[in-house]
Amino acid sequence: MIAFLIKRLMHAFVVMFVISVISFAIQSNLGDPIQQMVGQSVPESQRAELREELGLNDSFLVQYGRFATNALQGDFGYSYFFNEPTTEVIQRHLPATLELVIAATLIIVVFSVPIGVYCAIRPRSALSRFFMSVSIIGISIPVFLTAIMLIQLFAIGVDFSPFPVDTGWGQWLNGVLSTEGGMPSYGRGNDLTHLFGTWDSNFFSLDGLTYLVLPAVSLASIMLPLFIRLIRAEMLEVLQSEYVKFATAKGISLKRIYFVHALKNTMLPVITVGGVQLGTMVAYTILTETVFQWPGMGLMFLEAIQRSDIPLIVTYLMIVGLIFVVTNTLVDLVYGLINPTVKLTGKPA
Amino acid sequence: MIDKKTLLASLLGAFVVLPLPALAQDSSSDSDPVTLRMAYDADPVSLDIHEQLSGGILQLSHLTHDPLVRWTKDVKFEPRLAANWERIDDKTMRFTLRDGVKFHTGNDFTAEDVVWTINRLKRSADFKAIFDPIASANAIDEHTVEIKTHKPYPLVLNLATYIFPMDSEYYSGKTEDGDPKDEIVKNGDSFASRHSSGTGPYEVVSRQQGVKVEFERFDDYWDKDSPGNVERLVLTPIGENATRVSALLSGDVDFIAPVPPNDLERVKADKNVELTTMSGTRIILMQLNQKRVEAFEDPRVRKAFNYAVNQQAIADRLMKGFATPAAQLSPKGYDGYNDSLEPRYDVEKAKELMKEAGYEDGFSVTMMAPNNRYVNDAKIAQAVATMLSRINIDVDLKTLPKAQYWGEYDDRAADIMMIGWHADTEDSANLYQYLTECPDPETGAGQYNAANYCNPEIDEKVAQANIETDRDKRAKMLQAVEKALYDDAAFMPLHWQDLAWAAKKNVKLEPVVNVMNFPYLGDLVVEQ
Repeated sequence: MIAFLIKRLMHAFVVMFVISVISFAIQSNLGDPIQQMVGQSVPESQRAELREELGLNDSFLVQYGRFATNALQGDFGYSYFFNEPTTEVIQRHLPATLELVIAATLIIVVFSVPIGVYCAIRPRSALSRFFMSVSIIGISIPVFLTAIMLIQLFAIGVDFSPFPVDTGWGQWLNGVLSTEGGMPSYGRGNDLTHLFGTWDSNFFSLDGLTYLVLPAVSLASIMLPLFIRLIRAEMLEVLQSEYVKFATAKGISLKRIYFVHALKNTMLPVITVGGVQLGTMVAYTILTETVFQWPGMGLMFLEAIQRSDIPLIVTYLMIVGLIFVVTNTLVDLVYGLINPTVKLTGKPA
Repeated sequence: MIDKKTLLASLLGAFVVLPLPALAQDSSSDSDPVTLRMAYDADPVSLDIHEQLSGGILQLSHLTHDPLVRWTKDVKFEPRLAANWERIDDKTMRFTLRDGVKFHTGNDFTAEDVVWTINRLKRSADFKAIFDPIASANAIDEHTVEIKTHKPYPLVLNLATYIFPMDSEYYSGKTEDGDPKDEIVKNGDSFASRHSSGTGPYEVVSRQQGVKVEFERFDDYWDKDSPGNVERLVLTPIGENATRVSALLSGDVDFIAPVPPNDLERVKADKNVELTTMSGTRIILMQLNQKRVEAFEDPRVRKAFNYAVNQQAIADRLMKGFATPAAQLSPKGYDGYNDSLEPRYDVEKAKELMKEAGYEDGFSVTMMAPNNRYVNDAKIAQAVATMLSRINIDVDLKTLPKAQYWGEYDDRAADIMMIGWHADTEDSANLYQYLTECPDPETGAGQYNAANYCNPEIDEKVAQANIETDRDKRAKMLQAVEKALYDDAAFMPLHWQDLAWAAKKNVKLEPVVNVMNFPYLGDLVVEQ
């Protein structure tokens, strides 16, 4: 177990090293940070001075060496835009992103398990077919489109009146199709609960939660259909297996078979995929946060790219790399707990 | 905010619709102070108004500070902290300052503060260049300042719109870390980038960079005649165009800028929202690089290119009427604006000229344009490329994000490059200085002259105009320059971008907007 963790820790170092080299290597293609810092009419001599001051004229190796030495001491440099250490900037933006990911994960877990299981138990029912066909659409709609549609429907509101308004039924049908809007369209709102450090939470007030709903739903929209289909497929397979048939023959209640015996085995591959997808979800926050102006890491990263804020870009990429390594390690550990036959690498047989 | 009983249909992707209990949002009670929630595409990078010369910082300057004079809607001067002014001689201008003005700290505003501010401006990397003509500023008495220039200089008042006096007492001395409080730091922390004291209508009460800035009206604001009634301002940056518009339409904010041209119709159609537009002063043009392409040295070819491009069509269809077609650099209202110049558009004439110049079969050129800097920039470049194909010019177009584009621009990496320019001084001479003068790295002239166009005669005329202090005479000289550039087809002017703001109906934006693209929010009235 300890050997396994040490091995993973070394993986993390290698991953972060590679990411830092790559992100450093592409920085010359990210544009000129000086351009973003000064006004258009500032003469070239002033720019050259500033460039020299920031050490941008040094060779790649010198710049990387300087960065790596400082990074090993925990100093990842100063953001050009925020004028603060990049780690502090990220610390400030991290809670918002984590909350969004947690909320989306909750939505996914709460909905995907029952729906997936239902679709497996009653594969031919009309409701199952409905879920399956809609989930295909869900997978194919890009997350930013979902986000913009959600804003239009629930923040701004839509007036549909294809039915005659002067009849009772027409009015009722129009009412069903139309939405009134009113949900907040951007940001985290003002009613945040301070937890600790830089963490202000949306989870502890009704007002805070209303701000969380639309972004979390759009972030979940990309993974939810995937998980429903995954759970359904795995469950269908498990239900065909010998031990389920045997359990049925033995007369164990269907409820117990479905939810205790079958579901447990269904969840194994789901957790593996889930762990990997959790990392991917952090990446999807870039799109969601941009559309909703959610002040998290994703939005911060996109803006950093637009501003050629290289130190911040490098730090962000390294931290996301770390998140990937950590989640995958946790998945492997959890996997071992659920299925004792799985051996962790490095664990003596 | 309207009270809503929203059927919060919580959804699952877009497929399961479950009715949940209605969530009522808090509606503001009547006793609340008048608040304006506004969304811009970016928030100011710093509280130090001398750190960067940019639209965002100037907008901030007008909130927390007041200039000596400011521009009115029709590009005239309006006295602010300077109550009046007179020209003593060719090189000296005397300003009489307003009495009884206080800074946010409670300190009195005096002539010393103006002198201190001008000296700091001359130290700022971004403002240094435009304040270069000023030799010195002297306090004659407590409320009189004299500004002296090196040479006779006609634009002292234009510069005075950039002089937002800072509280010199507040910014004097050292911080706990031993750094001078008045230092200007581009990359890193400084006292002035986090603290602010001006004479302006608003004080900053809280600021979270990239999230929001909150302002409150300054109780002792000097301008008691100002109709402005907004007591609280909340500025939120919303970079995504669609989201910014949605925030306004859904009522989450009261005022947005800029309004993306693709959403103009949508905003106009909304009955709760009012769109305010006016023609702007930023010229969009294409530069034909004579150093890279020999053919561009021939004025006939340059003219042919101008004749081939239909500016009106670009303004009408691409920009949806959100631009004014241009035949020159100076927009209407500038001294150099020459109303006799009309956009050229005549494909037959263009073909003739090409034939005359010996390029009947055309040639291939490269073109570069940014794709997120100006309104519809990439689409405009595509349209121009297509129009040029009618005179057999084969255009290899590349569009890039602005962060990458400017590097390529500085390298003059394509035969035709797009640029937009707004004169910091709101004066024609600034346009020529940067865009058409013979490039000279020493003086910085022609820094954005990617055409490498060079006509010393015209440059000489501009130089003469720049020491002419009689405004009418000077205007004639500048108009002659504009005509000469037109006759020489020094560049391909396309249009001036219009400005647009949108706000809720009860926000009376119309009286406070101006060509500078920062509405004077201190005078803004919000009806209750």
